[in-house]
Amino acid sequence: MSDHIFRSIVMKPLDDVAVALQEIPDGTEIEVHFSEDQTAKLVLKEIISFGHKFAIRTINKGSEIKKYGEVIGRASRDIEIGQHVHVHNLEGIRGRGDKIVRD
Amino acid sequence: MFMCTIWKELEEEGIKLLEIEEGKFLGYRRSNGKVGVRNHVLILPTITCATQAAKQITELVDGTVSFIHQHGCAQVGDDYEQTFRTYVGFGENPNVYGVIVLGLGCETHQAKSVAEEIAKSGKPVVTVSIQDHGGTLTAIAEGAKEATKLVQEASTQLRELCDFSELIIGTECGGSDACSGLSANPAVGAVSDKIVEKGGTAILAETTELIGAEHLLANRASNDKVKKRVYEVIESMENRSMQMGIDIRTGNPSPGNIDGGLSSLEEKSLGAANKSGTSPLNQIIDYAEEPTEKGLVWMDTPGHDIEQLTGMVAGGAQVVLFTSGRGTPTGSPIAPVIKIATNTPMFERMGENMDLNAGNIIEGTETVEEVANRIFNEIGLVSTGKKTKAEILKQHDFGIWRIGPTF
Repeated sequence: MSDHIFRSIVMKPLDDVAVALQEIPDGTEIEVHFSEDQTAKLVLKEIISFGHKFAIRTINKGSEIKKYGEVIGRASRDIEIGQHVHVHNLEGIRGRGDKIVRD
Repeated sequence: MFMCTIWKELEEEGIKLLEIEEGKFLGYRRSNGKVGVRNHVLILPTITCATQAAKQITELVDGTVSFIHQHGCAQVGDDYEQTFRTYVGFGENPNVYGVIVLGLGCETHQAKSVAEEIAKSGKPVVTVSIQDHGGTLTAIAEGAKEATKLVQEASTQLRELCDFSELIIGTECGGSDACSGLSANPAVGAVSDKIVEKGGTAILAETTELIGAEHLLANRASNDKVKKRVYEVIESMENRSMQMGIDIRTGNPSPGNIDGGLSSLEEKSLGAANKSGTSPLNQIIDYAEEPTEKGLVWMDTPGHDIEQLTGMVAGGAQVVLFTSGRGTPTGSPIAPVIKIATNTPMFERMGENMDLNAGNIIEGTETVEEVANRIFNEIGLVSTGKKTKAEILKQHDFGIWRIGPTF
């Protein structure tokens, strides 16, 4: 397993997350390409399913999360590098009728 | 370039294949100059009460199509207008040779008024009313009798050489996953640019699924009026969810989208916006409205697959490109829908529903441009008569975006 290269993609250099292009096991050390000349190694803290995201930077609770170089939501708790980023720790900012305070 | 055998010429060495250059196809020219890629006789029920009779006519008469729906009565105001416009647009779509408009008789959406509007396009239109003709069986008989005449007339029309500039291509994504924004949507975006380059029209829709990506499209608006409209239609769509006091994520992204890795509506939108390519945004049109500009246009529709599809086809789209990550059977009664898988495992699992695979982009064995070229070529083939999976499986979906309550 250790020789296997797992594939993932970072859409834009400023993104906070990468997308797994195949299922990647928990504890895998993975090389992530931020751009053509910028790569980093990180260790996945959980299993990441095909098409799902993992953090490539530390994301503090309340801060915006970027993919495609654009904001896709806000962190609802602190997220460490290598953690799965999904509905349990990312909340949408748009279309939030539930956030409106009514009299 | 592709070959087809629509016209066979017997020569000494056998059958000669007609070669059609890229960007051309063989279509049906209508009396108003528009071009269809199919030659359907449509049995158009203007009210739920007439849909069963309409379906019976399609059982009796080969070459006819219809659909089941729940609209057409006790509707008022803008909601009435939108449904009316959708019926008329379906009848006017150049893929339709002629129409039997089938009504009950007492409904708010009168068959006669719908028929009068469709007839302005110059195509043959006949009105049949269940109440006026004395009941279901006589109405079916009358409708079937009229339909046989139209089908025989339609069968004598030959396809002729047409240009992609005469096409309106609808684009859509449904059952999206995280691959949608990486593979199939960028490929459809490249196709959209090629259609625009050839002088044709590409429709971007699904306003809900552009929430969070509107600034990117506003920057591509061809003038300030369009730019302003971008923010207006987005605000109006977002306000509908705000007024309900709910988090839009309870309905969109859907459970399947979330399983596929999409975490928020914004993330889904940024992937969906890729379908629009890089062309300038020339116009924003209402649901089921026909574009008056060529190039890239945005139709204001919800993200619901069938409602969006119905709106684009009513707006004159002859062919629709539909990307999916989770897989979908969706099709239209009158327009071929080319379904494109975003990932190879789903394409292999649901090959009976999906026409093309863009998953090779994820595996790195094909580029976005290469997949775009395959899709572009497929548009030529399908427009010339090749049947899509949804057509073969008789997937005749129809649903109107209702914007008011039923009274």
